Amino acid sequence: MKSKVIELIDIKRNFIVGDETVHALRGISFSIEEGEFVTIMGSSGSGKSTLLNTLGCLDTPTSGEYLLDGVAVKSMSKPQRARLRNKKIGFVFQNYNLLPKTTAIENVELPLMYNPEVGAAERRQRAIDALIAVGLGDRLEHKSNQMSGGQMQRVAIARALVNNPSVILADEATGNLDTRTSFEILVLFQQLHSEGRTIIFVTHNPEIALYSSRNIRLRDGHVVEDKVNPNVLSAAKALAELPKTDDD
Amino acid sequence: MNFTNLFKIAFRALINNKMRAFLTMLGIIIGVASVITMIAIGQGSKVSIQKQISEMGSNIIMIHPGGDMRGGMRRDPSEMQTLKLTDYQALRDECVFVSAISPNVTSSGQLIAGNNNYPSSFTGVGIDYLKIRQLTVESGEMFTEADIQSSAKVCVIGKTIVDNLFPDGGDPIGKVIRFNKVPFRVIGVLKSKGYNSMGMDQDDIVLAPYSTVMKRLLAVQHLQGIFASALTEGMTDNATDEISTILRRTHKLTADEEDDFTIRSQQELSNMLNTTTDMLTMLLACIAGISLIVGGIGIMNIMYVSVTERTREIGLRMSVGARGIDILSQFLIESILISITGGLIGVMLGCGASIAVKFIANWPIYIQPWSIILSFGVCTFTGVFFGWYPAKKAAALDPIDAIRYE
Repeated sequence: MKSKVIELIDIKRNFIVGDETVHALRGISFSIEEGEFVTIMGSSGSGKSTLLNTLGCLDTPTSGEYLLDGVAVKSMSKPQRARLRNKKIGFVFQNYNLLPKTTAIENVELPLMYNPEVGAAERRQRAIDALIAVGLGDRLEHKSNQMSGGQMQRVAIARALVNNPSVILADEATGNLDTRTSFEILVLFQQLHSEGRTIIFVTHNPEIALYSSRNIRLRDGHVVEDKVNPNVLSAAKALAELPKTDDD
Repeated sequence: MNFTNLFKIAFRALINNKMRAFLTMLGIIIGVASVITMIAIGQGSKVSIQKQISEMGSNIIMIHPGGDMRGGMRRDPSEMQTLKLTDYQALRDECVFVSAISPNVTSSGQLIAGNNNYPSSFTGVGIDYLKIRQLTVESGEMFTEADIQSSAKVCVIGKTIVDNLFPDGGDPIGKVIRFNKVPFRVIGVLKSKGYNSMGMDQDDIVLAPYSTVMKRLLAVQHLQGIFASALTEGMTDNATDEISTILRRTHKLTADEEDDFTIRSQQELSNMLNTTTDMLTMLLACIAGISLIVGGIGIMNIMYVSVTERTREIGLRMSVGARGIDILSQFLIESILISITGGLIGVMLGCGASIAVKFIANWPIYIQPWSIILSFGVCTFTGVFFGWYPAKKAAALDPIDAIRYE
């Protein structure tokens, strides 16, 4: 039995907007084991952003309990959660969020800059390793404005990998990319999955779910579907079958 | 949190925005440079005035007859005849806080030598006068006690007199000059002292034995003044008290009578001038200080804009594990770096400008070490003070909102 990386127990999250209380999450329970590639889907307003914030320790639930690697997050202070994010979570955002005018290495080094246990030499080496792992070994010193969208997202993935997190949280990570580049990124995620990484991919694109090992669907703050994908498609194969165009 | 890392982060952020960082710095640079230059100019004039005063003899004490009421009419002090030679002798013999003392009588008129003439005044003094006024005889010699005893018709003259009476450059020693028809033999020439801070020509001077001036030129029994020198500058007050006591006794003044003489010391003058120049320095420093504050507000302004502009970056940093305190420190370090770098450049620029003023405008300049420390301290404080609020704002951002900020 693999260990549970994430365990949600009856998570509720209410927002107070003016006089009204908005129930974004209305009692969500599931757990994710190590090495799973989970897509969380739902239309806008389904609560998936709130769930992502909660999973990413950016937000705390109104009630319920969230265990990340067995650690109870709800009672933690803001600085403690920052520490936890630094060690256990790697974020990949839709709009990459790289530091401007900064080289790939420096961008990837960023999480380690906030980890006092990692020295300068080790930090650099780990950044280089992470960039090689995402296939950017030849673009270490390129600045963020000298790279294409796909390359920038690879840098962002390398940044998410560099602290060796328990879970990688991807928020619409292919949303800003064209079809071909999207598949390239999906190939990379599948590769990371095969290496044993735990990946949670939040998206509204149902196609992505075909390439993940498990799919959770949200609606109005509830989990309406949670099923293991018995027939995981290969993104690499799909990429190869894409029609070649001159633009690529 | 590792301080070196934070420092690196802040430094990189500044390097990425060189132009903006420089423009922000400019306010601090100008502020610090102007504080240093202004204080250097102010203190320079103070030092130069002090130097001139001490050249005139900083421990000098001047005793003059006081104005007095005679039959209900206040009389001009110079008409008073209360200071006598006996007062001088009493002071000379009794004073302990006085190192040198000389009577002073003056007669003005026309000096004639050959076919040159020059309007000046004869000053009758004792031998100590040279010591009191810090004069030195350059060539020839000073008159002696014997000359005073015999009321000898000899004189020692200053550079201006030499230039006007002996324009062809001949040695004036041994020559005879006539003053109001009385012939005097020149026995010495004084070393030139130039103009003093009040614009008076200190070389326009003819010294003769006081007895000669009193008997042969003025035919008077009273003195116009007595000049004395305190043992040290610090003992000036003791010396004036002592002189006052002795003069009150010799003038037989009762306890309820006012002094019929006035004692003034150079120290008063020097204090007065110091107050004036200190005020000038303060004024200049205030103006410069205001520009330093404006520079600080510039930092705050830019840091504020910077926080808004970099909201996404802040959100990202938070999501990868930066705590509020890390963000606060980063922005604070950025503003301190800006102000310290600006301060350093400002110090260099200020010193450079001071030296430039010295050479170009020929103003006396005195760069005060405390002004450098002060302005540098103030600008560091400015960095912290004005950087604090924007940094606080950055640290308080919610990572969820910040990361999606457009």
